[in-house]
Amino acid sequence: MISFSGRKLSQSIILSLFLSFTVGAPAIAQSTEQKGFEISARSDRSDRGFSDSRVKLKMILRNAAGAESARTLEISTLEIPDENIGDKGLLIFSSPADIDGTALLSHVKILKPDDQWLYLPALKRTKRISSVNKSGPFVGSEFSFEDITGQELNKYTYEYLREEPCGELVCDVIKRLPRYEYSGYTQQIAWIDRKVYQTRKIEFYDRKGDLLKTLSFEDYRLYQKKFWRAQKMFMNNHQNGKSTDLIYSEYTFGVGLSEKDFVKGVLRRIR
Amino acid sequence: MQNNKYTRVDRFAVALAEKILLYPKITIFITLLIGALLASGVIRLQVSNNYRVFFSEKNPDLIAFEKFEGTYTKNDNFLFVLKPADGQVFARRTVDAVEQLTKKAWSIPFATRVDSVTNFQHSWADGDDLTVEDLIRNGASLSSEELDSRREIALAEPLLRGQLISLDADTTGVNVTLQYPEKTLTEVPTATAAARRIAAEIEKDYPGVEVVVSGISALNNAFAESTVRDGITLFPAMFVVLVIATWLIVRSVSVTLIKIVVIILSTAVAMGYAGFAGIPISPFSGSAPVIILTLAIADSIHIMSSMITLMREGKDKLTAIKESVRINFLPVTITSVSTIVGFLALNFSDAPPFHHLGNMASVGIAAAWFYSLTFLPAAISICPCRIRLTSGQPRGLQRFVERIAAFVTTHYKAMSICCVVFTVGLALAIPTIDLNDQWVKYFDERFEFRKDAEFAINNLTGLYPVEFSVSSGEAGAISNPSYLEKLEELTEWLRKQPEVVHVYSYADIIKRLNKNMHEDDPAWYRIPDSRELAAQYLLLYELSLPYGLDLNDRINIDKSATRVTATLNDIPTRQTRAFITRAKEWFSTNMPEHMRSGPTGAPVMFSYISERNIHDMLRGNVIAVILIAIIMMIALRSVTFGAFSLVPNIMPILMTFGIWAILVGQIGMAAATVSATSLGIIVDDTVHFLTKYLRARREQGLDRAGAINYAFSTVGFAILTTSIILAAGFGVLAFSTFKITGEMGTLTALAIIIALVGDFLFLPSLLLLGSKKTSSKGVKP
Repeated sequence: MISFSGRKLSQSIILSLFLSFTVGAPAIAQSTEQKGFEISARSDRSDRGFSDSRVKLKMILRNAAGAESARTLEISTLEIPDENIGDKGLLIFSSPADIDGTALLSHVKILKPDDQWLYLPALKRTKRISSVNKSGPFVGSEFSFEDITGQELNKYTYEYLREEPCGELVCDVIKRLPRYEYSGYTQQIAWIDRKVYQTRKIEFYDRKGDLLKTLSFEDYRLYQKKFWRAQKMFMNNHQNGKSTDLIYSEYTFGVGLSEKDFVKGVLRRIR
Repeated sequence: MQNNKYTRVDRFAVALAEKILLYPKITIFITLLIGALLASGVIRLQVSNNYRVFFSEKNPDLIAFEKFEGTYTKNDNFLFVLKPADGQVFARRTVDAVEQLTKKAWSIPFATRVDSVTNFQHSWADGDDLTVEDLIRNGASLSSEELDSRREIALAEPLLRGQLISLDADTTGVNVTLQYPEKTLTEVPTATAAARRIAAEIEKDYPGVEVVVSGISALNNAFAESTVRDGITLFPAMFVVLVIATWLIVRSVSVTLIKIVVIILSTAVAMGYAGFAGIPISPFSGSAPVIILTLAIADSIHIMSSMITLMREGKDKLTAIKESVRINFLPVTITSVSTIVGFLALNFSDAPPFHHLGNMASVGIAAAWFYSLTFLPAAISICPCRIRLTSGQPRGLQRFVERIAAFVTTHYKAMSICCVVFTVGLALAIPTIDLNDQWVKYFDERFEFRKDAEFAINNLTGLYPVEFSVSSGEAGAISNPSYLEKLEELTEWLRKQPEVVHVYSYADIIKRLNKNMHEDDPAWYRIPDSRELAAQYLLLYELSLPYGLDLNDRINIDKSATRVTATLNDIPTRQTRAFITRAKEWFSTNMPEHMRSGPTGAPVMFSYISERNIHDMLRGNVIAVILIAIIMMIALRSVTFGAFSLVPNIMPILMTFGIWAILVGQIGMAAATVSATSLGIIVDDTVHFLTKYLRARREQGLDRAGAINYAFSTVGFAILTTSIILAAGFGVLAFSTFKITGEMGTLTALAIIIALVGDFLFLPSLLLLGSKKTSSKGVKP
């Protein structure tokens, strides 16, 4: 259920649905909150069962003056069927050269700080990052780690807002409120299309409720006739004028990864 | 006077006056309509609230700074300063206040970052665990020992010490960085109001903790507040002065009222023009209404005094009006044009508010000229004005003027020598003037901003951040040990400079990380040994930071440059310039070519603002002098006298600056504006004096002394009164809350008074001097 790999929502929803029903929300209150949740869950569900994947990612950072800089990395993801435990991800940087081989292992948590380890090849050591609040920018980009990994269904509560055309499609517009205490946002607004149930756009609102960033998803492609992946993601920061593009390529599914490829000890043996 | 003696200008003036007197109501209607239409632009006026209004788009210092900001982040900020009564920041109650303030500060509109001692991202190691966390969380629940350890960490931390925590830990700061969308002018006041509300809430919730708000945003807000405050105090004050002065001169309520209408119309037209032209009103250009008010009076005074004099001589009202328009048309036009030339010359300066003031004043003067020659005669012709014809000019003053004339004609040689000696002596002092543009001191002590800023400076840190973007030459190379060592060297050098109170440098962060990576062993508090190590430490650290506390405002995106901020103490800009020069020298001797960086930032911009504007205005002044000389030549119909007339007008400007150099010693950017505008204003008296002098010589064939006496008796009183009114008007500006406006007002008032003395003592002396030599050739006509 991690979306290191450019998809948005994943993970089983049965338990969540079950919980929602058993809470016994009144029919009327249910209408917006339940509808928001259901649409998000359907989108998430459309991605279930990919098991594992690997993809190359190029990040292009742009500042207000228009200068650009790139980072490249490879991301491996392991899907964890239990929706109350997040997916596992391994990010290996290849450029810039001075961080080549640096690897970040992440065990995503739903409502707790993620477990993260970083292997520093220059130091030949693995360091555990035990900070509670990692809502800052990811490698200097306009994405936070949360933006890349945060698309877990249960990380939010939902509210259905409206239906709206989005490009050539029609989208459901859903407000989502982060449940994690240290989230950098007060709310997000997501546009999910009605055709293939993929997220097309997300607006991020900062702590004072102002629009901070807009993320657009472009060029969705279907893999294994089942899994939609956006090839490009554009994040625009409205407040500081900076932006970041994520360009995904060479998606592979069913690489044959397992839990033992996502433990701390494996980091030292990567290269 | 007979018609055949009239010049073409005279004939035009008479024709104009006759038309106006034939259709006075239509004239009044049309002129009022024009005025109303132009004045309607007033509703579009906006008050600027950005210090950058003082820098043109071409200003190289601004361009450099905007480039810097495009790479890192905008520098707008609020600095909250908290001082607990017991002098203990690291006490439970105070850290709780700081935490609350830190949290609340996030709600300030446009805030993008909040830094304080509590949310400072303290990094520490526990074996192979790296923890990056708030230095203080839930401070109210910490033990005294825990707080003491936090105190030690904060005082040892180069990024905090001297910036967010005072050296003895009795005062602390919360710095809020803002990104304004810059779409409306309400942004800064809105944010400032929110910041002040939060400060008040904290003071209320934590009695004994004093909280003030400072920073660039507070400065920007002060610019707007100062403009508004001056507008509501100075303009009414000047208005009252003018009403009283006018009444004293004309002694007629209805004429005074008509005159007030003329002045209000002139001012309203000028402000309406500003509205239509989209000119933002800033502290300096905000003085335009007072200046127009002052200058507008001069035109109408000449017309009205002539009219009253003529009526006292027994002429009926209509004849008096017509004759008054005729004899004043040319001098009033010439003096208006020369004053306009002086003000338009301000367009040569770099600072847009100077252009704005120059252009608004020019429109106002043109409007005053127009209304004095159209609306004024029309209104007087139909109003049932009762002009007291018995009381002449105040006897005392008249006798005083006559005595001066007698004195000058006998002691002209001594007077000439005196004037020359004084002028030269004072002019020699001018180079000692110290150009100072400390923006905190732009605002007088009545201002909350000034008090708060000084509180911040006295208790916590400086307010003048000088920025350096230190490049490593290529992408990622900021992690090169050779770069980091140089950066460390720079940081240490900066810390040794007496002007510097704080230095923020990435070198300190990477040294701390190196220590953290080696189990917090202090021996490792140094630059990492390889580029890869430094780059990977940085990556690790970046992955650990929370929202809003990242390094993106310190390191550029391709990691080829970092930003070093040296906060300077409260020092005059002369010392800032010395520091900048020293820093540049240090860079060129100690840094490789690619690492050299010119300092930038608001203090750098303000340090050179006066020099830059004075330099740019030199050309403007030369052109103004030449144009005014040509105008004088045409007006006096004599090349010799036109050129000669400049002497008594340049002298007062030299003396003014000389007196200022001796009495005050320092001046801000106002210095650049005063020469051209003063010249345009003070030359008027010379025009009136010389016109009368030459008329006496040419038409009445009087000798020099006789012509001087004639000039004194005809215009001496008018020159005296208009000079006093003008000096009073500019003198009112001395009470401006904004130092630059105050200096401009005081200097101009001083120049006007000296020019008056010059016109009464020096000008006649010069005319008499060498009379024997030239008397055979004679004054041409």
